[in-house]
Amino acid sequence: MSGSPAMQTVRVFIPRDSAARAVGADELALALLKEVERLGLSLEIVRNGSRGLFWLEPLLEVETPEGRVGFGPVGVEDLPGLVASGAFDPERAASITHPLALGRVDELPYLRQQQRLTFARMGLIDPLSLSDYEAYGGWVGLRQAASLSGEAIVQQVLDSGLRGRGGAAFPAGIKWKTVRAAAGPQKYVVCNADEGDSGTFSDRMTMEGDPYLLIEGMAIAALAVGASQGYVYVRSEYPDAIETLTEAIARATDAGWIGDGVAGTGARFQLEVRKAAGSYVCGEETAMLESIEGKRGIVRAKPPLPAIAGLFGCPTVINNVITFASVPVVLTRGPEFYRDFGVGRSTGTLPFQLAGNIRYGGLVERAFGVTLRELVFDIGGGTASGRPVKAIQVGGPLGAYVPQSRWDEPLSYEAYAAMGATVGHGGVVVHDDTADLAKLARYAMDFCAIESCGKCTPCRIGSTRGVEVIDRIVKAPDEQARAQQVDLLRDLCDTMVHGSLCAMGGMTPFPVLSALDHYPQDFGLDATRGSDAIHQSKQGVRARAAVTPSQET
Amino acid sequence: MKKIPIKALPARAPDSDVQRAVRALALAHAARPGPLLPILHAVQDQFGHVPAEAVPVIAEVLNLSRAEVHGVVSYYHHFRSEPAGRVLLQLCQAEACQARGASELAREAEKIAGCPMHATHPDGSISLEPVYCLGLCAMGPAVMVNGRPQARVTPSRLAGLIGGRRP
Repeated sequence: MSGSPAMQTVRVFIPRDSAARAVGADELALALLKEVERLGLSLEIVRNGSRGLFWLEPLLEVETPEGRVGFGPVGVEDLPGLVASGAFDPERAASITHPLALGRVDELPYLRQQQRLTFARMGLIDPLSLSDYEAYGGWVGLRQAASLSGEAIVQQVLDSGLRGRGGAAFPAGIKWKTVRAAAGPQKYVVCNADEGDSGTFSDRMTMEGDPYLLIEGMAIAALAVGASQGYVYVRSEYPDAIETLTEAIARATDAGWIGDGVAGTGARFQLEVRKAAGSYVCGEETAMLESIEGKRGIVRAKPPLPAIAGLFGCPTVINNVITFASVPVVLTRGPEFYRDFGVGRSTGTLPFQLAGNIRYGGLVERAFGVTLRELVFDIGGGTASGRPVKAIQVGGPLGAYVPQSRWDEPLSYEAYAAMGATVGHGGVVVHDDTADLAKLARYAMDFCAIESCGKCTPCRIGSTRGVEVIDRIVKAPDEQARAQQVDLLRDLCDTMVHGSLCAMGGMTPFPVLSALDHYPQDFGLDATRGSDAIHQSKQGVRARAAVTPSQET
Repeated sequence: MKKIPIKALPARAPDSDVQRAVRALALAHAARPGPLLPILHAVQDQFGHVPAEAVPVIAEVLNLSRAEVHGVVSYYHHFRSEPAGRVLLQLCQAEACQARGASELAREAEKIAGCPMHATHPDGSISLEPVYCLGLCAMGPAVMVNGRPQARVTPSRLAGLIGGRRP
């Protein structure tokens, strides 16, 4: 290679996603810049979002006439070798033999097996480039919405069947319709970006890798319901998301997509990032409202629904990041297009997040109906440790451990509710056979004790008693004492399920009881007994799931 | 008739340097709806913690009781009333990182740092804290060192991450 002026500038992509930065993407980009200067290469580094193939991060991509060619995971020490082998020569990049060479990234099976609607642009663009966003189909949904009445927008969202992606799966259109119909001097659109569930990162990726998508979705919601002010409540654990989103809002406002006139309409919509402060329960929608108002994040009793009396007592649309981010495609391609993905009343796609002890961890967007076995084994490649998979927790810390017998169940809100589990926010955490499910059940109770807001006694006190009871089960001197403590634990879980206002206390029993029911041997119980008790606990959990869409948005 | 002088309210004690700075920060955000969290973040960003002497000043600016402000500061894990060590090491202990050895890494961290979790080393060089999810769940175990996320952390990498920053 030479630095002759005739040579075209080569575009190289190194992600700015915090997951890539957490394994050295910044150092790689800096080292490549130095290498470029040293060798006089003509090369432009674009800091894109992550493709969501995290075992390959830092994933370096080189633009070629045949498409983008990938190398990963690339360390600083790999650069000289890559340069020498011609990785940065667009004519040769696709065909060189190098241990890190991946070929065309679009052709990787991991991506080919996905149905990326919400994440269509993820990893392709410079997240803050307005021209990139527009070139890749951005703002089409908002333009479409700007030409429609609020009522027609709501109808499209209703027709799409889109349900809240934060966990509660409440139909987004119905929520919007309620806010639209509610009277109030001021209405708000609030995005719940307090993505606290372990095993989830799709909100973070969206804010860092395609922030205009979230802005577009929220602006569409604002037009639909007549809201003039919006907030995005982002976790303090996500410094990069806060920074990127704040900058994106400023640029989108300057460009006239939001602000004083949304997309050329006369509608006003100001958007602001609010930084959370490390409270898990603030992912519950009413606790989040309290927090934005400047109070302790204590859960509110419902009614009144936030759609009627939400932030500062005004009608408020509250949705999760992925819910808002799914709206532009509904407006762009039409509600029928979106609705045709999925199964039954679980329409559309969900960005699943493969996490924990998994070989190919990352973001997998698929239509509902995919099975856990397909996600974890066919796409995820089993465990990273190479050991057998023992348990898979779906839906975050409040989600059930799904045993092997249910891995072929098609993933949908209905099917999972029927088996006493939850799809939640689409987090899939894999544990290998070294996992101790009694320890994980204890952790679930302990986490509830740490994070409970304290309003409901069964959650505040019950969680601490739960830790103690699980300790006593594990250390029980004989079978009778153990059985007695198991009864106590089930009774306690029942009280928590039925006596807590929100999902924190109401769903902590999901992981606890699923661990107890499906992995009794970890608690020192005879695995061949106790199936009656299993049914008992499922009934309890199911009753709750049917009544209350708890962890909102 | 003898005039009874009206006793004036005791004058507010003059602000300390810290309080003057806090007052400026509080006033800068006071007009926003729901200003308390933004103010506390601003104070912690500047001082590394929310000093006790900041509480009455913020309460006065927002016309809240001290109890209300203290209640908010103490509710949220993110806000600290005492300064952290010069290196703040937050280790994710949530399920996805547990599946990749987060508990073992925490024990290693305690050895390397010479202080237990939830504590600051007596020499003020380092604080260890659990944190529940950094959104790096496909590349655990993950930690945060002085606000920067780090993933795929092995014990030797951890030693390198914090070793270079300690005096």
